[in-house]
Amino acid sequence: MRPDFEIIQQWIPANSEVLDLGCGDGELLAYLHREKQVRGLGLEIEHPQIIECVRKGVPVVKQDLNKGLHNFSSQSFDCVVMTQSFQQMDKPDEVLDELLRVGREAIITFPNFAHWSARGYLGLKGRMPMSKALPVMWYNTPNIHLCTFKDFEELCRQRSVKILDRLVVDSLHQSRWFINLMPNLLGEIAIYRLTSL
Amino acid sequence: MSKSYPSDSVGLVSPQRARFSEPLPLRCGREIPEYELVYETYGELNKDRSNAVLICHALSGNHHAAGFHTPEDRKPGWWDSAIGPGKPIDTRRFFVIALNNLGGCDGSTGPQSINPETGKPYGPDFPVMAVRDWVKSQARLADRLGIQQFAAVVGGSLGGMQALRWSIDYPDRIRHCVIIAAAPKLSAQNIAFNEVARQAIVRDPDFHEGRYLDHNTYPAQGLALARMLGHITYLSDDSMREKFGRDLKSGKLNFNYDVDFEVESYLRYQGESFSNRFDANTYLLMTKALDYFDPAADHNHDLATCLSQARCEFLLASFSTDWRFAPERSEEIVTALIKAKKKVTYMEIDAPQGHDAFLFPIPDYFSLLSTYLDRVAREGGF
Repeated sequence: MRPDFEIIQQWIPANSEVLDLGCGDGELLAYLHREKQVRGLGLEIEHPQIIECVRKGVPVVKQDLNKGLHNFSSQSFDCVVMTQSFQQMDKPDEVLDELLRVGREAIITFPNFAHWSARGYLGLKGRMPMSKALPVMWYNTPNIHLCTFKDFEELCRQRSVKILDRLVVDSLHQSRWFINLMPNLLGEIAIYRLTSL
Repeated sequence: MSKSYPSDSVGLVSPQRARFSEPLPLRCGREIPEYELVYETYGELNKDRSNAVLICHALSGNHHAAGFHTPEDRKPGWWDSAIGPGKPIDTRRFFVIALNNLGGCDGSTGPQSINPETGKPYGPDFPVMAVRDWVKSQARLADRLGIQQFAAVVGGSLGGMQALRWSIDYPDRIRHCVIIAAAPKLSAQNIAFNEVARQAIVRDPDFHEGRYLDHNTYPAQGLALARMLGHITYLSDDSMREKFGRDLKSGKLNFNYDVDFEVESYLRYQGESFSNRFDANTYLLMTKALDYFDPAADHNHDLATCLSQARCEFLLASFSTDWRFAPERSEEIVTALIKAKKKVTYMEIDAPQGHDAFLFPIPDYFSLLSTYLDRVAREGGF
């Protein structure tokens, strides 16, 4: 299983209801259903990924996340998960609001643009950073709203979002003791667990 | 099976007939004292009778969903693209049943049948059917075939509405509900189109208030007009442009009111061939059943409450260029199912064919259908 899923699943209680935004091939939801009897629903836009979900028996709805979650009632899921898609949204601030309207809790992961390698790349080379966490050229990257951990936490403060947990990991989703000394410099990916204040 | 059929065809099939003498009470308050249903089956029913799939037909469909009736048939059944060995509804695994709905004109009891009370054809006296009446009669056919629970009930358009009704009225008798290019109820625009179609028929001088058989006539013109109108709404602007553009039939404009454009010729052909095979009273009845369909009406117009009775899993599909039952209409059902906390999978499929797309083997659509039904079969152990 993807290492970030390994981390996320610890935060999801058994028998809960989970909405996975940009659920990909449904791996997380299939795992949660199998191991924790979680009732899940995935939203995804890519046809081959949807077919993979269907093959796994994961309920999935084709939906463009940039068009919002208007078809979901407020507080209708225990947890709304969004892994590695937040930075790809047209309006991430509104997405954050929507996540916590629909879910009692939200789990978000995204790459940190303030990681030392990105700073070094831009600072020394004068070019848009590329790394394991950001492997795509600037012109064809789906990541249109990159931010740093500090930026994100500032957004949470403005939007009255409470950070329940944060795990900062490297690009392999491994937690290393030294990262937490200076997470905004040393962390490549953060996994946040959030709720509304 | 004759060797001349493709290996993924169910080949030569024969309709069967089931007679029911127990009266069927109807939504309209009347009842049919006795009736017959004509149906076809493809594939084999397994030992525990768990692999049955019911195919519900749309407005002009019937029991002949797949295969050929005679070796000379040029066209197979109406959904042959989806039903057969190795096709999405795989007859090597599923036992598939398709029937002609009550009130139809292809063998099941309908307006052309003899009314046992009068000894004459029912004609316009045949009761107006509701989708739930069809579903009830289908359940009785399932009883007759020894099928307690369907692995899936599948339908497109009006057929999708029957599948939806199955999930509500017989929650224990259906494991999966597959609803394609449907809507939870008709819009005013939909009803308006149906009304124009009906008016075309009833205003035909040969209609005789539905008693055309008594007068030895037939409202062929009206029915053809109704079908032409319907046909326009089943296609998309793009598909018509692609198929006909503004191509001229004779290469020049004639400056009269005969056929100038290819699309005119096509519509006239479709209208005429339809009026040769379809009963006008059945057309009226089927469009009314469409208009009346609104399962949420029994639940304070709350579709989610209505669907909370269902126990099956749902697969829904819609088509991007379908404007008769646009994707938003399917999404109304999906949203209600999510609210009712049902297991639902939904996909809007990019397709230029309009409403008719549900009959075409569009790769994205068929991969969705076959992957889903493959899982249904795997879970069922067949």
